[in-house]
Amino acid sequence: MQFMLLFSRQGKLRLQKWYVPQADKEKKKITRELVQTVLARKPKMCSFLEWRDLKVVYKRYASLYFCCAIEDQDNELITLEIIHRYVELLDKYFGSVCELDIIFNFEKAYFILDEFLLGGEAQETSKKNVLKAIEQADLLQENLDFQIRLFPAPS
Amino acid sequence: MPAPIRLRELIRTIRTARTQAEEREMIQKECAAIRSSFREEDNTYRCRNVAKLLYMHMLGYPAHFGQLECLKLIASQKFTDKRIGYLGAMLLLDERQDVHLLMTNCIKNDLNHSTQYVQGLALCTLGCMGSSEMCRDLAGEVEKLLKTSNSYLRKKAALCAVHVIRKVPELMEMFLPATKNLLSEKNHGVLHTSVVLLTEMCERSPDMLSHFRKVWLLVPQLVRILKNLIMSGYSPEHDVSGISDPFLQVRILRLLRILGRSDDDSSEAMNDILAQVATNTETSKNVGNAILYETVLTIMDIKSESGLRVLAINILGRFLLNNDKNIRYVALTSLLKTVQTDHNAVQRHRSTIVDCLKDLDVSIKRRAMELSFALVNGNNIRGMMKELLYFLDSCDPEFKADCASGVFLAAEKYAPSKRWHIDTIMRVLTTAGSYVRDDSVPNLIQLITNSVEMHAYTVQRLYKALLDDISQQPLVQVSSWCIGEYGDLLVSGQCEEEEPIQVTEDEVLDVLEGLLLSNLSTPVTRGYSLLGEILNRIKKVVSVYGSSIDVELQQRAVEYNALFKKYDHMRPALLERMPIMEKTASNGPTEIVQTNGETEPSVPDTKHPPLVTQPANQANDLLDLLGGNDVVPVIQTTLPTKPASAGGELLDLLGDLSLSGGPAPAPVPSVPVSQPPFLLDGLSSQPLFTDIAAVIPPMTAYNKNGLKIEFTFERANPNPNIAVITIHATNTTEADMTEFVFQAAVPKTFQLQLLSPSSNIVPALNQGSITQIIRVLNPQKQQLRMRVKLTYTHKGLPVQDLAEVNNFPPQSWQ
Repeated sequence: MQFMLLFSRQGKLRLQKWYVPQADKEKKKITRELVQTVLARKPKMCSFLEWRDLKVVYKRYASLYFCCAIEDQDNELITLEIIHRYVELLDKYFGSVCELDIIFNFEKAYFILDEFLLGGEAQETSKKNVLKAIEQADLLQENLDFQIRLFPAPS
Repeated sequence: MPAPIRLRELIRTIRTARTQAEEREMIQKECAAIRSSFREEDNTYRCRNVAKLLYMHMLGYPAHFGQLECLKLIASQKFTDKRIGYLGAMLLLDERQDVHLLMTNCIKNDLNHSTQYVQGLALCTLGCMGSSEMCRDLAGEVEKLLKTSNSYLRKKAALCAVHVIRKVPELMEMFLPATKNLLSEKNHGVLHTSVVLLTEMCERSPDMLSHFRKVWLLVPQLVRILKNLIMSGYSPEHDVSGISDPFLQVRILRLLRILGRSDDDSSEAMNDILAQVATNTETSKNVGNAILYETVLTIMDIKSESGLRVLAINILGRFLLNNDKNIRYVALTSLLKTVQTDHNAVQRHRSTIVDCLKDLDVSIKRRAMELSFALVNGNNIRGMMKELLYFLDSCDPEFKADCASGVFLAAEKYAPSKRWHIDTIMRVLTTAGSYVRDDSVPNLIQLITNSVEMHAYTVQRLYKALLDDISQQPLVQVSSWCIGEYGDLLVSGQCEEEEPIQVTEDEVLDVLEGLLLSNLSTPVTRGYSLLGEILNRIKKVVSVYGSSIDVELQQRAVEYNALFKKYDHMRPALLERMPIMEKTASNGPTEIVQTNGETEPSVPDTKHPPLVTQPANQANDLLDLLGGNDVVPVIQTTLPTKPASAGGELLDLLGDLSLSGGPAPAPVPSVPVSQPPFLLDGLSSQPLFTDIAAVIPPMTAYNKNGLKIEFTFERANPNPNIAVITIHATNTTEADMTEFVFQAAVPKTFQLQLLSPSSNIVPALNQGSITQIIRVLNPQKQQLRMRVKLTYTHKGLPVQDLAEVNNFPPQSWQ
């Protein structure tokens, strides 16, 4: 995966994760164009589109669009599953997640994403394990004294 | 200083802003506060401030002044700080700025931290945005972590290694030993990331690839893992809609694809498992189809046996019938990839593919269109073309150009008859005319001239189409040209295939004039129309264009005007029908003979005018001139470089000559020329061909009274029947010869063309010469003879002489 964007139906960006280096200006340009393109799509259209030399996979969940740019050899259908898994993780974490949760807790959304994907690939395929890791990291955050080694690694 | 406001507080406040300006004001105020807080080196609230900055950055506001603060957070001992610090680094820093290198040491320390979550943060950041320098520095640490027994860290290290290899491919080798044991892990996270790492290595290094195949025996290992996944019972942790860890299955299938590619043994070893996955995977949900899709891609890419390939294509065929449009989309994409290699198998699904042309989704339609064109062959051309033309009618504008081109190509390759071909092209022009590519017009014209028997039919149909609609430029262009060329057929009403329509010249002219006047016509179209007009009305219309803005139009108009005034007698020959063009192989600008093809109604004309021999008594005194059949300018690609009207010079009546770009068609004058007597005037002042000189010795044709005329020879390429003679006239006397005119006549079986002389003064005492070019066409290869007449003024007295030239070297006429 090259990047993932989350944006609202009005085109407001809620999360942006870039896995390839891009200048800030370029990121803005790409974001603007891609958001426009995806928002222009009609509901009956399929979830894939070709954009520049990339494949874009997007899916709308309530008021949020989840949009991933993948490479030619990547499997579009499994990318849809990746997006779905991420939404499930957010849902479990926030309890029936909605856009507001992601707005007010954007840093948590990033933390969860970073426990699920690394460098654009899935690092953990078990939902349970991702959530456990987040839970424990959150505990660590609350516990000012983190010299204590906590639970052994989830297996 | 009061504590900086909390993150959520800020978000709430900013969201209350009703206008962009209000929001900007709030942001600026907060940024100022954050800046001063940074200046005070406040450790307590740095984390909060950076978090706020990250929020504002997401809204689109600049946040670069927070970059160094992120670094400070990363260096902090508090986990909270590190979390936000690393997040900030990933969002605000990038490898283009040297600042990022300051992170390296922190990351190094954190990679060795006692708490795995801190190590995780470091690995994540490095694997996400590490630059090549950072990767070089830290590869060793990553490699160490690849060997740890802690699966939480191991899986992250594996993906981090993937990133390092992408940035610094030379480092791949060092990860090899650590990778070896990865697949024996039970942990799915580690398995998944290991497969990704192995895939990356295989893709980058053929040596690694064969090492994995032969030494590690990777294929049986992967097959075993995959088998366990499928066969094992329900595992709640990894289950997705009844399928066990689809993510891992897909990655394994992809790695198998790379290993099996162009390797028979590996392909055979995975044959069974692929068949098993293909037949047993549950297809009711997207997740099952994702696995099937990957399986199909693998089957098609490795050296699988034919039974397996058919199975794969059938899966794709089933996909095409799936309700889910995403599935249909990937099916079409995959079929497009395999249509070349497994053409027959894909043909079986042709009707389903053609149905997809009617799909609502743009991407699906496009793929269906591409695939349909790929499936067209001699057997199905009629049926397919019907569907494709229907599609062309109703599709979005973005498709029309490609579809039209595709139709033309397919029609060219597989047209069952000329009439069908022309009908098809006409259909395209009438429905999508404004979208066809520019080069299609000359191609079409070429096609039409080649279908000699269809001329009458074609011109009738085009005329009718023109009556209906003049808004489509390419159609109008082709029609005007054809009416110009074959207007006589139109007028005479001959046509075997359709009912003849009675069209008078005036009606035709009305149509063409209408074209000229219409605002819709581009200048090019008008240029075409100009060709097609008939005499009296032409003069009127054409003179209007003598002052047209467009240079090319102006030039042509002036040329035609001159044609009517001064060279009226030459018109019939110039207006001869053009010879059949040969097809040029290139797609570049086609060189087409550009003469006005309309003949006067008064000149009796059939398709193949008989050879009109000259009256015998004209052979001696008068000159033959060829019509303009040999001239080769380009129709529309570039404007002629010569300015529109030339003062005293003779006009270049036949347009600029282009000697570049594409092979010139052999100007075979297959239509013999009817020859009323002409006067002397030469035509173009430019040499028509630059030839490879076949060495023919020069000769002296005349040498008397101090005037010497030499002939030098060239063979005209590509027509070997034409000899190009250059005369050189020199004067040995001490007085100039002025008003020098050279005339020549040849026997009946030859044709001669005389171009303008370089001047009409032969300077005295060999101080210079006059050169002039003669072109002789000698189709019967008879011995060349010539009678020349010379007139000039010497020392105030007119001189005239006649001479026979018989001593032509044999090579000049054999």
